[in-house]
Amino acid sequence: MTVSSPISPVFDVYAIRQAFPILGRMVKDKPLVYLDNAATSQKPLAVIEAISDYYSGYNANIHRGIHTLAEEATGAYEATRHAVKQFIGAASGEQIIFTRGTTEGINLVAYCWGRQNIRAGDQIIISGMEHHSNIVPWQILCEQKNALLKVIPVTEDGELSLTAYQNLLTDQTKLVSIVQVSNALGTVNPVKEMIAAAHQAGALVLVDGAQSAVHLDIDVQDLDCDFFAFSGHKVYGPTGVGVLYGKRALLEDMPVFQGGGEMIKEVTFEHTTYNELPYKYEAGTPNIADTIALKAALDFVNATGKADIRKHEAELLAYATEHLENIPGLTVVGNAKQKAGLVSFVIKGTHPQDIGILLDNLGIAVRTGHHCCQPLMKRFNLPGTVRASFAMYNTKQEVDKLIAGLHKIIKMLL
Amino acid sequence: MITDNNQCMQASEKEIIEDFSLFDSWEDKYEYIIDLGKKLPALDEKYKLEENQIKGCQSAVWLVAEYRDGRVFFKADSDAVIVKGLVSMLIRVLSGHSPDEIINAKLGFIGEIGMRTHLAQTRSNGLLAMIRQMKNYALVYKTIRTKKTQ
Ligand SMILES: Cc1ncc(COP(=O)(O)O)c(C=O)c1O
Repeated sequence: MTVSSPISPVFDVYAIRQAFPILGRMVKDKPLVYLDNAATSQKPLAVIEAISDYYSGYNANIHRGIHTLAEEATGAYEATRHAVKQFIGAASGEQIIFTRGTTEGINLVAYCWGRQNIRAGDQIIISGMEHHSNIVPWQILCEQKNALLKVIPVTEDGELSLTAYQNLLTDQTKLVSIVQVSNALGTVNPVKEMIAAAHQAGALVLVDGAQSAVHLDIDVQDLDCDFFAFSGHKVYGPTGVGVLYGKRALLEDMPVFQGGGEMIKEVTFEHTTYNELPYKYEAGTPNIADTIALKAALDFVNATGKADIRKHEAELLAYATEHLENIPGLTVVGNAKQKAGLVSFVIKGTHPQDIGILLDNLGIAVRTGHHCCQPLMKRFNLPGTVRASFAMYNTKQEVDKLIAGLHKIIKMLL
Repeated sequence: MITDNNQCMQASEKEIIEDFSLFDSWEDKYEYIIDLGKKLPALDEKYKLEENQIKGCQSAVWLVAEYRDGRVFFKADSDAVIVKGLVSMLIRVLSGHSPDEIINAKLGFIGEIGMRTHLAQTRSNGLLAMIRQMKNYALVYKTIRTKKTQ
């Protein structure tokens, strides 16, 4: 019997590793164990080649030229927009705005939407586990507008207190800006419920998807979020390109971000009319090469299978957590019921930095410090944590190396 | 007198380099540094002030300096033990010398013992920030002294 339907490919982590050239390298004479994926993920060869193919094959400025190269480059650039639209379940490509990353996406909303819509006395709600990128832009806006920033408290387990959130939502609340997956704790926040509650109160919601885009299935229409921001470099794509999704009516009403070429319809010295979505927000020559290569990253994720990746990462996380908890003196920071992609911990009598330095000598890359979440570290009274974060290409053997490394290091430090 | 001191600075560097030449694994090197860190006396709590803290480090690092008889004396502490060990070596080399010697110190030993990476990772462990701060103190004392003698 012949099978006519495509067989779903088996998830083979060792085959996947072959696609990432960097995973073959040595660090301090040991095979690299890369567990800093929440900071940035490594890139498959397809992404690296997409960049060089563009420069060596069809480098041209987009949307303007009528020559062949410009057409090819424009086609590839817009193909990424289409791929992103599919990736996050947006209704149309016009709602996909290319940015430099999550940070720029959030700043764009704070600048364009915030300056037009926030007034004195209004309130913006964020959470106690936000990345500085989702704190500082709102602080700046609130200072300018005499608005108030409210913070949803974080429980001892590293979850958001939803009753406290409900109590914070008032008539004054204009915007809620929350992280879907915490980069410091791994907590998956119930953003869908939180969005519904915000809408009930008449507030809009921005979701910081920097960590969630790579670990969860994203459907912005199902979430019903008003804005969603993520970074290409955390979904196996290049640095320097990110995405801001917004609801069409909002994007149409908001004033422009930067002025320049590409974003205009007609310019006279008296008056300028602006281009339509999404170009209205994409002034100047964009990061063409990296944007094109982002599609290769999303294609790679889709071909590998998001569900399989998620299952694999969940197994790694459970396995790592179980073995970490067996290490004497080790405390996992963040014990939310729903977690994705990473585990943060501290070890009694040691400083995270010492752990990081010594693990590096074993070729193991982890992140140590405050993870750009200083208010959250303060909440837990910690100078920082050690964070191991996983990607599709990590293996249980690598987790074993981390555990063995920690046992060895603790002996050296204590 | 000054020349003597200069030689003594070089001698301390040489001693450290010799100590490290006995180690052939990274484990031995780091165990030695960790040991130095543990042995460096803790700084009195009264000095652990914001103004004595070196900025830009992942770990908390405090440095205090004192100027006596034409020489600068340093004390330091950190909540991370490897940084503390590295700092302990800096103190061994730099403390008790004249401002000029400290300002001009090349500190070549850091590279020779294979710890140069700690100078590059300025943002995370602040060894470079620490050296800069020690030299700043020396510069300040030198300026004060020059003003007094004028
Ligand atoms: C939760 C979260 N938000 C925002 C950011 C900022 O992303 P980027 O630096 O790519 O703009 C990060 C990156 O670390 C993050 O983890």
